[in-house]
Amino acid sequence: MAFRIIASQCTQCGACEFECPSGAIRFKGEAYVIDPEKCTECKGSFETQQCAEVCPVPKTCVAAAAAI
Amino acid sequence: MSAPMISLESLTSRRPLDQLPVTAKSSGCTSSSCDVSTKPVDMDQAIWAKIKNHPCYSEEAHHYFARMHVAVAPACNIQCNYCNRKYDCANESRPGVVSEKLTPDQALRKVIAVANEVPQLSVLGVAGPGDACYDWKKTKETFKRIAGEIHDIKLCISTNGLALPDRVAELVDMNVDHVTITINMVDPEIGAKIYPWIFHHNRRYTGVEGARILHERQMLALEMLTARGILTKVNSVMIPGINDEHLIEVNKSVKQRGAFLHNVMPLISNPAHGTYYGLTGQRGPRAVELKALQDRLEGGAKLMRHCRQCRADAVGLLGDDRGQEFTLDKIPGEITYDPHKRETYREVVARERGDHATAKSEALEIVKAAGDGSFKVAVATKGGGRINEHFGHAREFQIYEASPKGITYVAHHKIEQYCLGGVGEEATLDGIIAALDGVDVVLCAKIGEFPKNRLMEAGVRATDAYGYDYIETAIGALYADKFGAEPQAATA
Ligand code: SF4
Ligand code: SF4
Ligand code: SF4
Repeated sequence: MAFRIIASQCTQCGACEFECPSGAIRFKGEAYVIDPEKCTECKGSFETQQCAEVCPVPKTCVAAAAAI
Repeated sequence: MSAPMISLESLTSRRPLDQLPVTAKSSGCTSSSCDVSTKPVDMDQAIWAKIKNHPCYSEEAHHYFARMHVAVAPACNIQCNYCNRKYDCANESRPGVVSEKLTPDQALRKVIAVANEVPQLSVLGVAGPGDACYDWKKTKETFKRIAGEIHDIKLCISTNGLALPDRVAELVDMNVDHVTITINMVDPEIGAKIYPWIFHHNRRYTGVEGARILHERQMLALEMLTARGILTKVNSVMIPGINDEHLIEVNKSVKQRGAFLHNVMPLISNPAHGTYYGLTGQRGPRAVELKALQDRLEGGAKLMRHCRQCRADAVGLLGDDRGQEFTLDKIPGEITYDPHKRETYREVVARERGDHATAKSEALEIVKAAGDGSFKVAVATKGGGRINEHFGHAREFQIYEASPKGITYVAHHKIEQYCLGGVGEEATLDGIIAALDGVDVVLCAKIGEFPKNRLMEAGVRATDAYGYDYIETAIGALYADKFGAEPQAATA
């Protein structure tokens, strides 16, 4: 499981990028993307998913499964 | 020595030299050896040294110096109900206007381009959108690189304060001596109505709990900065029905903790901006409400009245945003800093300011010696403390009040430019007349017969008789005329 970013919602502020404990988020081309291989859902580091916690726009960093 | 060889106008004008109007008349003591300090009497010398070239901190400096903001730090650690970050930071710039987000490298190029062209530039700020102290790596990188190229530029920062305590040591190291914190409350119950959440120590806090943490961090930051001698300005957004009365309490608290200036700004709220307040119909204050609150706050932390709530990418003198001339696409990829223009400008300003200070104190004497009365004057100016803008070209008026207490700056009124392409618009003139409500006299460098007569019919006297004089000199002469002291000739 991993998180993903709904690009159309994203303000490209980059807060998620530097909060992610797994280094899973980076700016690629025109948008921030989460590398599903690297995303741990913050397990072992934090109780909540840091990207979703810091994101200013609701429902922008979401569990990948839920978004499909 | 009199008449400066180089005038401010020739240094700052965007027009070719031969089209310039006759050089400003100099007033009073024209000798620079006269050495009049422009320092306000009740101000500490060390503080004056820090603010004298900062347009946002010093009312006097805002006639001569310009600031620019670079938006390099878009990430934020709190949510404000007046901000929709999908567009912009409502706090530090006009909402709805998307600013250019820059990388530190792009910011450096832009600052050099501006420094080469705008000799008034003295301050570089990092403000919204986002929080400069939270998105710290980018802010720090930007400051370091720019200070490395332009040694005398002043650095300042605007922040919500949450992450600020962690940055104070580095700010001191980097010589950042001006910090602005936006403080809208000292009561977390009220804070909960303004901030839906904050992000702190890796988690989101909501409601009163979040507001309490924010409040405690803001107060801590202010105390830390004061202890280190960093000048701190507090901005507050006035939100009718939520924190308007409460700002009196805020003013006291921040003054106690050493805030140098308190700037109360009106909430800008519009449904189209998509902010929480915009969508819930929260209104902003009316101009009279804002002024009434500001008047009640006099005596607390010193109030700032010349703030322009500038955009996050504003460039130039307050009230004259040249940001659009310096967008990235207009800046070459390779650019080197040429200090020549700024250096010359500073020399001329040093002399001008001495003259201006003399003119000011003379005008003050005149006003104090004259009878009892007060009136309001609207001035069209391009800066330099002089009446040097044509009525038809003005995009705002500076409002001054003269009374036995002295000559004070009250506010600025934005207007539609009357004369576009050489023709005056009647409808625009009506709007200007409405904006001049309560004003007795308009001072400008030039005005045509038609608008002059229309203004007269509306009860406002407009004159260009004092064109290119210092603002205070003209006001002093008018005051003496009207309130019956010995008729004094203008000192010019
Ligand atoms: S859930 Fe955690 S690990 Fe995954 S992208 Fe978000 S912050 Fe990074
Ligand atoms: S925090 Fe949210 S808005 Fe900001 S870059 Fe990440 S996904 Fe986009
Ligand atoms: S601090 Fe600025 S960027 Fe952050 S939410 Fe408030 S207004 Fe917006």
